[in-house]
Amino acid sequence: MTQTILTHELKNGLALVAEPMDWLESVAFSILLPAGCSRDPIDRAGLSNFACEMVQRGAGDRNSRQWVEALENLGVDRASGVSNVHTSFAGAMPSANILEVLPIYTDLLRQPLLPTVQLEEAYHVCLQEVHAVEDDPAQKVMLKVRSQHYADPWGRSSHGTEKTLANITIDDIRCQFDQSYRPNGSILSVAGKLDWPVLCDCVEDLLGDWEPLIPTDIKEVSPPKNYLHVPHESSQTQIAVAYDSVPYRDPEYFQARGAVGVLSDGMSSRLFTEVRERRGLCYTVFATMHSLSDRGAVFCYAGTSTDRAQETLDVMIAELTRLAEGINQDELERLKARIKSGLIMQQESSRTRSGSIAADWYFLGCVRTLDEIGRIIDGLSCESINAHLSQHPPQNFSIVTLGERELEVPVGIS
Amino acid sequence: MEFREATLENGLEIVAECNPRAYSTCLAYFVRTGARDETDEISGVSHFLEHMVFKGTPNRTADDINRELDEIGAHSNAFTSEERTVYYACVLPEYQDHATELLSDLMRPSLRENDFDIEKKVILEEIYKYEDSPPFGAHEKCMAAHFGPHPLGRNILGTVKSVDGLTQSAMQAYFDERYSPGNITLVAVGRVDFERLVAKAKQLCGHWETFHAHRQATAAKPQRSFQVITKPSAVQQYVIQIAPGPSGDEHTRYAARVLAVILGDDSGSRFYWDLVETGLAECAAIGTYEFQAAGIFMTFLCCEPDQASDNLRRIHEIIQAVQQDGVTQAELTQAQNKISAQIILASERSSNRLFSVGTTWTQRHEYLTVNESVDAFRSVTLADIAASLQKYPLLDHTTVAVGPLEELADPVN
Repeated sequence: MTQTILTHELKNGLALVAEPMDWLESVAFSILLPAGCSRDPIDRAGLSNFACEMVQRGAGDRNSRQWVEALENLGVDRASGVSNVHTSFAGAMPSANILEVLPIYTDLLRQPLLPTVQLEEAYHVCLQEVHAVEDDPAQKVMLKVRSQHYADPWGRSSHGTEKTLANITIDDIRCQFDQSYRPNGSILSVAGKLDWPVLCDCVEDLLGDWEPLIPTDIKEVSPPKNYLHVPHESSQTQIAVAYDSVPYRDPEYFQARGAVGVLSDGMSSRLFTEVRERRGLCYTVFATMHSLSDRGAVFCYAGTSTDRAQETLDVMIAELTRLAEGINQDELERLKARIKSGLIMQQESSRTRSGSIAADWYFLGCVRTLDEIGRIIDGLSCESINAHLSQHPPQNFSIVTLGERELEVPVGIS
Repeated sequence: MEFREATLENGLEIVAECNPRAYSTCLAYFVRTGARDETDEISGVSHFLEHMVFKGTPNRTADDINRELDEIGAHSNAFTSEERTVYYACVLPEYQDHATELLSDLMRPSLRENDFDIEKKVILEEIYKYEDSPPFGAHEKCMAAHFGPHPLGRNILGTVKSVDGLTQSAMQAYFDERYSPGNITLVAVGRVDFERLVAKAKQLCGHWETFHAHRQATAAKPQRSFQVITKPSAVQQYVIQIAPGPSGDEHTRYAARVLAVILGDDSGSRFYWDLVETGLAECAAIGTYEFQAAGIFMTFLCCEPDQASDNLRRIHEIIQAVQQDGVTQAELTQAQNKISAQIILASERSSNRLFSVGTTWTQRHEYLTVNESVDAFRSVTLADIAASLQKYPLLDHTTVAVGPLEELADPVN
C-alpha cells in the first residue's frame, strides 16, 4: 500500500488532514466541529442537533434552497450528524468540484443565516427524529444501553426529548453556534483526487482568519450501570449488553479490538456461531467497539422472539464470559485476514478514508497510515490478546432489554 | 476497464468487468429466481434457500464454509429479491481462485434436514424482526394490494405460516427446478483474471446438469385500492403508495428515475421542500423499481399521525401539478447532475459495481460502462419526462397506511 498523509495546522488551531488517492475520480471531505451533544444544557438536550439542522438552512448570500441547489448541481452527496463530541458535515463529489464546494461549506461554518422564521420547522424536523426512534426498537435499545453504561453526558442521545426540544429558542441556537462552531479543536479532512498545495491555499484563504474560542468544561454524572427493562409491545425482545474496554488511543486498543473481532467479525465469529448458527436463536447478533477520547466500551446486540430471549441473553453472557479464557491461533489468523482485506479495500472509497483520517486525528493527533495499521495487525499475537483479556475480562455488564417481558440477569452481573 | 463474457457448454454465463487498477476482486452468482417464481404454498422458499446454501455442501459443513470465507478475508453475503438471488464475496485479488471455488461449491448445497430445522427458526426471527420495525409490513402489504394475484405481489420472506409449513423436500424440489446452470450467471468485477476465472468455472461448474428453468413473466394488472391498517402501538404513521412504472427493459425507465429524483429524492426535491424541510414529515420520498415486464413508482411517507391526512393531500397536489405542468429545465439539470455524481461515486467501489453490472446483465443481457450509464441519464429531456408522465400517471396508485390512525382521508375522493 502506498499512502501519503498530509497535514497542515492553521494558526487558529484548525487541523487540515489529507490523503491523496490519485487513482480515484472523486474527492470527499469531513468536517468535525467540537460541537457534540455532551455540551448541551440538560434542560435543552438536543440543542446541538437542532443547531446542526438550523445552520443548513441557508448561509452567506444563499437562502436554504439556493444553498442545497448549489451543492446538488456540483454533485455533492451530503451528510451531517451529531455525536457526543462532534457535529460533523461531510460530502463526496467529482474531484474537480472541491474548490467550489469548500467556500459554500465555509459559509455554513462562519455565517449561517439561522433564520428565525424557520425555527418552528426545524423544531418539527428534530421532533420527528425523536418519534422515529420510538418506533425503532433496535435503535432504541442501543441508545438506552449507552446511557446506562457511560457517565452522563457521554451516554446521551443527540436527539433530546420532546420536552427539552420545546425549551430551545433562537437565542439558544445562536449561542450554540457562537460558542461551538470554532476552528480550535476542529478537523477538516480531505481524501481522494486532490492537489495539496492548492487545497492548503484554499483552506487558508477561507478559514485562516476564523477566530478561535475557549471551550467550556464538562461535568460528569455517574451512570446507573445496572439492568433496565423497557416494556414494549412487540414480537421480539431486544437485548443490549455493554462492558468497559479501552479507548482508541490506548496502546492495547488493537488487542481489545482483536478480542471483539473474535466475538463478532465474520461468519465464523463466536456470537454468530453460538447464538445464530448452532441454536437458531436470532437473525441479528453482534458486538462492536466504541471509543471516546479517554474511555471505550463494547456494545452487544441481539433481537429474538420473547420466549427465546432468556436463552439468548444467557448464551450471549456465557460467550462474553468465556472470552476471558482466551482466543486461539486459528481465530486470530482469520481475524487478521478479514481486517487486512478491509483495510486494503478502503482504498476504493474516498468517503471512507476521509472519515477515517479525521477520526484518527481526533483520537491520536496524527493519522496512522494503512501500512502502519497493517503492521500492528501483523504483530498481534494470541499471547498479547489473551494477556489483555486477563487484565480486562468482559464483566460488570450493563444490560437493557426492550420487549414484552423482563429477563433474569445473571447474579453479580449488574 | 474491459468487459468480458463467456458461456459454458451447460449454459452457465460468465461476465466480468476487469479493472486492473482495482484493489479487490468481487465475485457473485446471480441466480434468476426469487419470490415471483414461487407459489403461495412455498412462499419464502427462495429466501430460505439462500440461507440454506451456506449450511453445507457434500464437500463442506456450515462451519467449514463460514471458516473458509473468513480465512480468505472475504466480505461476503447474499440477498433475495422478487427476481433474483445473489451470493457474493469480495476478496483481495490473490484469493480469486479460492473464492471462485468456494462460491461454486455453495451453488450445489446439501440441504440437510437438521440444518433446515435450525435455520427455519432464524428465518422466523427475521420475519418477526421486520414485523416489529418500521414501516411494520406496509411495504409488503402495498405490493400485495397493488399486484393482487400477480407473483410480484408475493412477500420475499414468506409468511410465518408458509415458512413454518415448508419442508426440506419442497425446498429440494424448488432447487431442482430453478438452479439450472442456464439460469445462473457468474459475475466478476474489479481486478479479475478472466482466463483463470473461466477455466476455474469450467472445472467446477462444467458438470452441472442443464434443465429448463421457466419463468412466467406476465404483465401485471394493478388494481387501485386504499387501506388503513391500525397499529395502536406505533408512534408515527407510515404510508406506502405504489403506481405502475416502466419495466426493466423500457427505455422510459431513465426518464422515470430522473422524475422520481425531482419529485421525491431525500434532498432538494419537491417533496423535500414541501414536506421534509418544513418538518411536516420525517420522510417523504419516491423511487422507481424495475422488474421483468412490470415496474413501479413507490412513494413512502412517515410522519406524525395528525399530519398524515394533510401530508397525503400535499403529495397529491404535488403530483397533480407535475402531471399537469411537468418539470422545469433547472430541475432536470439538477437531478441529472446529482444522479451522474452518484453513479461515479458508487462505481469506485468494486462491490457496488458488482451489483450494477450483474443486475444490468441478468435483466437485459446488456453491459453499460459507467460513462454510458451517466450518458443515459444525461440525455433525458423534458419531453421524455412528459412522455413518462403520460404513459405512467402517478395518481393511479394503491395506498396502504400503517400506524395509530383508524382512518385516513383518501385525497383522490
